[in-house]
Amino acid sequence: MLIKIALDRVTVYLSGEIDHHEAARLRPQIDDALMRKRPAEVELDFSDVTFIDSSAIGLVMGRFRVIEAWGGKVAVSGLTARQKRVMKLAGLDRIAEFRESEKGDNTNESDQQNASDGSGQVG
Amino acid sequence: MKVINKMRLTVPAKSVNESFLRAIAGCFAAQADPPCDVISDVKTAVSEAVTNCIVHAYPSSSGEIVMAAKLTSDGVLYIKISDKGRGIADVRQAMEPLFTTSTSGERSGLGFTVMQQFSDGVAVRSKPGRGTSVTLKKRLISPDAEKKSDRKGR
Repeated sequence: MLIKIALDRVTVYLSGEIDHHEAARLRPQIDDALMRKRPAEVELDFSDVTFIDSSAIGLVMGRFRVIEAWGGKVAVSGLTARQKRVMKLAGLDRIAEFRESEKGDNTNESDQQNASDGSGQVG
Repeated sequence: MKVINKMRLTVPAKSVNESFLRAIAGCFAAQADPPCDVISDVKTAVSEAVTNCIVHAYPSSSGEIVMAAKLTSDGVLYIKISDKGRGIADVRQAMEPLFTTSTSGERSGLGFTVMQQFSDGVAVRSKPGRGTSVTLKKRLISPDAEKKSDRKGR
């Protein structure tokens, strides 16, 4: 995980598999950056994430609770279609803005198969 | 339907085993040669069931999780994840979307909802003080897909 701190925003580049075990490990590191900077926005970038379960929903909800204390906002980027499906089960699109990642589309997981079906996106 | 393969595995209820058990479940499912997104479905549902055991089953002691799976000749996977933990008093309530006993705000209460979304059946049996078992059913190969691949002569 890489945390980029700019003037008024914190961007968290997540990678690998985000489950309950990983979320517990990442949470204090993210919150440490948030509490120190009190940014107007935190963006969680999932571009390099290959797996999520409902613990990733908990991770986004939990960060929303932290940042809303000072009126900050949460954005989520770089989700695969499948990851969006999980996130939307929780209605997360109501508390966080879903957007494209500056790093481009997440082609991990099942999306990779679609990409190799002749659309020429295989890297 | 004939069982063509089965497995059984016991691990301690440690969070590091969440990724281990879903990886094993994914590999086991792969034997039926399902599409990639079906394997992802299996891994997601297993991850939720295993996480439930780790978060809830053994609050004050250590314990074990058993994952048992079988694959039938018609391409259906059954995975049973069980613990001997404290059990669930009200299973119906526990399965309600957004219900959680966690007060930290870090658990979404969507574990069973995700299991239901990504499986073709979720059965829960639980007895307070005795433990809980969750059986996930997943059709790995649709009957149509089998016919199609026959035509291609694979």
